[in-house]
This record gives sequence, structure tokens and C-alpha cells, in this order.
Amino acid sequence: MRHAFLDHHSSAESPIHHLDARAKIIVFFTFILIGVSSPPTSLLLFSLLILVLIGIALFAKLPLGHLAKKILIILPFLLVVAISIPFMKKDGIGGGYNLGFGGLSVSQSGLWILWNVVIKSSLGVFSIILLSSTTSFPKLINGMERLGSPKIFTILASFMYRYSFILIDEMQRMKRARDSRCFGGRWFWQSRVIGHMVGTLFLRSFHRGERVYLAMLSRGYDGTMPETTASRFGLGEILFLSISPILLFLRIYLR
Amino acid sequence: MKSDKVIEIDHLSYDYPDGTPALRDIDLVVYRNESIAILGPNGAGKSTLLYHLNGTLRGDGRVTILGLLVEKKNLKEIRRRVGLVFQNPEDQLFCPTVFDDVAFGPLNMGLDEERVRYRVERALEMMGLKGFEGRSTHHLSEGEKKRVALATVLAMDSEILALDEPTDNLDPTGNRTLIERIQLIPQTKVIVTHHLPVAVDLCERAVLLRGGRKGEDLPTRDLLKNRELLKEFGFDADFAQWMYERKKL
Repeated sequence: MRHAFLDHHSSAESPIHHLDARAKIIVFFTFILIGVSSPPTSLLLFSLLILVLIGIALFAKLPLGHLAKKILIILPFLLVVAISIPFMKKDGIGGGYNLGFGGLSVSQSGLWILWNVVIKSSLGVFSIILLSSTTSFPKLINGMERLGSPKIFTILASFMYRYSFILIDEMQRMKRARDSRCFGGRWFWQSRVIGHMVGTLFLRSFHRGERVYLAMLSRGYDGTMPETTASRFGLGEILFLSISPILLFLRIYLR
Repeated sequence: MKSDKVIEIDHLSYDYPDGTPALRDIDLVVYRNESIAILGPNGAGKSTLLYHLNGTLRGDGRVTILGLLVEKKNLKEIRRRVGLVFQNPEDQLFCPTVFDDVAFGPLNMGLDEERVRYRVERALEMMGLKGFEGRSTHHLSEGEKKRVALATVLAMDSEILALDEPTDNLDPTGNRTLIERIQLIPQTKVIVTHHLPVAVDLCERAVLLRGGRKGEDLPTRDLLKNRELLKEFGFDADFAQWMYERKKL
């Protein structure tokens, strides 16, 4: 079984894909920071940010439709939370509908808050999707590590990445085995079986952890993960990094 | 050159933590550059015996590897010299990419970057996996995973290789490829298997285990002629005869 749900497209070929992960992490996080810190009224800045992101996506030869779909996956969650805000706030009335039985009105500041939430979260999600679509997970982790992220986190993340696939496979196999033995019956019986499955999965993971540790010991592991090496900073990285100060400049002088 | 003992096991016994006896009074000597197959039914203690070779398990009795007694203070050195390949490559391969996994051992040995790269390249080439460095482990086929698992140990230049069911779970082609690749490895090998062709093609000597005790210790070609033993261990005697004829040619 093969999965690539985390870093789809990350093994494609483009100038952006070849950049050092550190440069990409810094630039995309600048996007998020600037997006989050800007007042919702600076429409020009937001449109610029989105344009630049789309530019990077095109340059990286990523299919825009695929990116849009990924962003859309996040939106429902966001809307559920945000949609009620304009109805809650009770100050300046921004608009109203007459539904026949009394009116339904939306407040102006509430609408701004909704816009604020929607634009900032989509911008953040877009940046992260771009980052993960142009950088494979191992490189991302390596980049985080070289940017000073604590080693314990990066080790944990890389183990999680490696073994999440195995866990998913194991769960699917168990599910198939269960279903091919005519799984059904009342919910009480079902929940009992599912409980057993979760327990089994836990026990198996626990034992696997033990065996993996032994395999590590067998190859000389002594408690510290060895350093792996990666690419260097070149002209491309410096050019790409220059996006960050430009964004910062725009944030300060563009209102 | 039958004088150079690399593995000496002396009256080894081991019980599982729950008290079930696993090994009883095992004596075994392996000489340099010998390849031995450990055969036996499931639960005979084959893997358990293998795990004693690098101190993963420690029972009662003496295990000496290249003159070093397996005890706490020697473990690091012994693990450098004995490369243990686990049965399930998912246990053996825990890094995100093939390169990271094969480099793990050499890096732990404190080699510099250039030497590590060289070792990784050489080990992957020996296993026929040139160009696999950047691949993610979870995208490999079972046969490829098995070979990467072997490469992780080859990169350490261990003097002894201990392989647990190297061809388990492979299709016939994958099986053959792996046997051919292992034939290229010159080191002393201890191979646990219940696959007769693996034992015959890779090892000149077979050690049989029954219920945690050591049974016959004989050349594999003699095993092929011994109908009684073949029958007891469930091997196909006609197939064994065929392999015997082929080996004579």
C-alpha cells in the first residue's frame, strides 16, 4: 500500500523544489506572519500576498486546481466557526434580509471579523500547502532541525512520519479481516470489537517500538541521533529569501 | 583455515521473560568466512539464538564473538562487528529515506561525511539499489525493503552477518534476487531460515534446532541426502534430491 497524503507533489522537479528547505520555511512563515499581523482593511496587501503565492505556485509548476481543492478542504471547518459571528455582534447594521417573520440583520464589524478570519486562515493554509507541496517531509524536518528546532521534536516527527504509514496499513488490514468475517450486529457488540482493535493496535505498536529500538541499538545507537547532511545555501536560496524583506517592507509602508 | 573461531557459544540457555524455556544448553562454534544455516520449525528458538549473537538477548552461558565475551562493556564493539538483520524490514528501517537508514550505522560509528557517503553508495550498489538514496522507505516493495535492510548492515562493514529469515515474505523472483545478492557477501554469515534453497545455496553447513535444543550439525549436502531428517523437518525429499544433483554438477 502506498500513501502520499502529506507531501503530494513534493517530489516534482522545479527550481522551487530544489531550494534548500530552510529558505522555504523562512519565506513561507514570513507570509503567515505578515498575513496574520495585518489589519483586515489592508486589502491591497492581501491581494499582493496572494498574487505572490500564486506566482510561486506557478513557478513551482504546481497544478492550481489541486491547490485550490486542498484549501477548500479547510474552509468548511472555518466557516462553521466564523459564519455566526456577523449575527452575534450588535452594533452598526451592515445589511438585512426580511424573511417575512421579522428581520435578520448582519453587523458591519461582524462582517469584518468574518473576512479577517477567512482571509488570514486561507493565506496561512495556502502558504503551508505550498511549503509541503514543494518540500518532501524528510527535507522539511531536516530544515527545521538546521534552523534550530529542538532535536527531540524533529526525531519524534520523523518517527511519526515513518510509522504513520505502517499504522494505517495495519489498521486497514485489521479492518479487512474484521469485515471479511461478517462483522455486524448490535452497536454494543460493535463497540466492543472496535475497542479490542484499538487495544491490539496499541499493543502491536508498543511491541514494534521495542523491536525498532533493538534494531537501532544493533547499529550502534547510543541515545543521540547522528547528524545527516543536506544541501547548502546558494544564489537561488538568497534570491528566494529576499522575498521576506520585501514582504516586510510592504507590510510597513502599505496601508 | 578452520582454526579461526569467530563465534563460540558455550552451554547457552535462555528463558523468555514469562518463564517459557526458549534455548537449552546450546554449544556452537562458527569459523571465519563460514556460512551456516539455522533450521528448525517455528518456535524452535532459531531467532532467539540469533539475537544472542549481538547481545540483544542475554541468557545463561557464554557467548564469545571474535574473542570478546558478550557482556555489557563489550556490547558496543560487538554490535559493530555483528550485523543483525531483523526479519521484518519495517522494524529495521526507521528513517524517512533510504539514505538516512543506510547511513545510520556508519554515522553512529563516527565516520566522516565522505566515508559515510562512500559506504552507503557501496552497500546500495551491492544490493542492486543504486540511485535509491532519496527514496522514502514506505514507497518500496517488500523485496526492496529486504535489500535495504541488508544494506544498512553491510554499510557498517561488520565481520559477521546474522540474518533472520532473509527471504521471508518474498515472491520467487525476489527470493532468487536476494539469494544471488547475499552470495556476493564474503563475510561470515549465520542465516536463520525455513527455506531449503536458502540454506543450500548460501550455506555449506546446517544446524538443526528442535524445541530449543541443538540437533544435528552437518554439511548441507548431507542434509539433502538424509531422507529421515528431511521428513522430520517437513522438507520435500524429491526437491532435495533435485537440488543435490544440481549441486554436484
